[in-house]
Amino acid sequence: MFSAAETTAMMLSLKVAGVATLVSLPFAVLTAWILAKKRFYGKLLLDALVHLPLVMPPVVTGYVLLLLFGRKGALGGFFESLGLVFSFRWTGAALAAGIMAFPLMVRAMRLGFQAVDTRLEAMAGTLGASPLIVFFTISLPLALPGLIAGMVLAFAKALGEFGATITFVANIPGETQTIPAAIYSAIQSPDGDGTAFRLAFISVLIAVLALLASEFLQRRLAYDRV
Amino acid sequence: MIAFDCTLTRPGFTLAARFATEAAITGLMGPSGSGKSTILRLIAGLERPERGVIRLGDETLTDTTRGVFIAPHKRRIGLLLQDALLFPHLNVAQNLGYGRIFSGRAGKILSADAVIDTLQIRPLLQRRPATLSGGEAQRVALARALMAQPRRLLLDEPLAALDDALKAEILPFIAAITRDFGVPVLYVSHDRAEIAALTRDILTLKAGKISAYEDVSSSSSSARAGMA
Repeated sequence: MFSAAETTAMMLSLKVAGVATLVSLPFAVLTAWILAKKRFYGKLLLDALVHLPLVMPPVVTGYVLLLLFGRKGALGGFFESLGLVFSFRWTGAALAAGIMAFPLMVRAMRLGFQAVDTRLEAMAGTLGASPLIVFFTISLPLALPGLIAGMVLAFAKALGEFGATITFVANIPGETQTIPAAIYSAIQSPDGDGTAFRLAFISVLIAVLALLASEFLQRRLAYDRV
Repeated sequence: MIAFDCTLTRPGFTLAARFATEAAITGLMGPSGSGKSTILRLIAGLERPERGVIRLGDETLTDTTRGVFIAPHKRRIGLLLQDALLFPHLNVAQNLGYGRIFSGRAGKILSADAVIDTLQIRPLLQRRPATLSGGEAQRVALARALMAQPRRLLLDEPLAALDDALKAEILPFIAAITRDFGVPVLYVSHDRAEIAALTRDILTLKAGKISAYEDVSSSSSSARAGMA
């Protein structure tokens, strides 16, 4: 049904999107919580920084990543000394996908945290729970529907990321050629119609399944069900 | 003994109140917007005054001149609001447990069984908060506050969301907890009859200042107030 190259692109996409989502998860949760619950000097700046990848041209984000995380980039050199290379590797594709998906993840999670009644958190405090315990026992579980929505959105966005990825790590089959890049290549080749159609169909299918899964999980978690 | 002397400014509102009380139940009365709830939030540590001192017995909870501010979760001061604010993802037993679990250092003075029986919530233990009536939820919230072994209970219009029949049903519970468990209560309400049913020690707050204190039987009264 699928050619080996198509299967490779699909598995790579799942790996890249999965790693991108999971690695950015703790950062997104923390950022969302800070933006939802804290007041501090420079909050507007943090908010703008988080949203930057959403409004910048993806090719610019990819170029910035190339400058920062390329082999000669300041951060790229640091990570390479730790044994983690981004340029022209699937890890770079995951980094690009994660950065591009980050604003969507934070936005949904922030709404989740904002929906938690501050008085419940204050109440937990008067019962003797420290702020850290309040976060893990009250804020986090009550924001869970928003956190799940954020993860699903980020995963779907990461699967579809194209511009920043291809700019940063190019389009190497088996290493950085995710589904969108494979579709792009297929469309450009004279006999790629079948491949483009099948991969496009799979993209739609994964997106629908992700949304259904998110909806299902959120319903199961609805705590006001009687 | 609670000694309170704080100043706090909010847009269009200044609280400057001073009082001290060692009554079992102290009523704090005044129209809405007069600063009653703010006083309770200051005592619970949910708000910081611009300047002032709050003492509980010989412990200083807040003292702006010396930079003292004990975090709310270390104060062991229970708070009950108009809404029960039960944790919706936990059932009743778990809500009660939430209060109890952090009271380790305090030693268990109030037994869980006694609290549950006094407030008559044993049949509710496995229920989820969303299934409780207003009166039931408020009794559970009161029990949860007691489970944390509080040194004081601050009640902020705890009956305001309930109809008259339910009010009459819950008031005896509030009298019972001070009598049976010896936890002094600071009771905020705009309803004179409600407060009068509980105590004779009443402080009256008007536009952020303690404007009067009642002393129905001066021999038993133990609330003192002054203009700040």
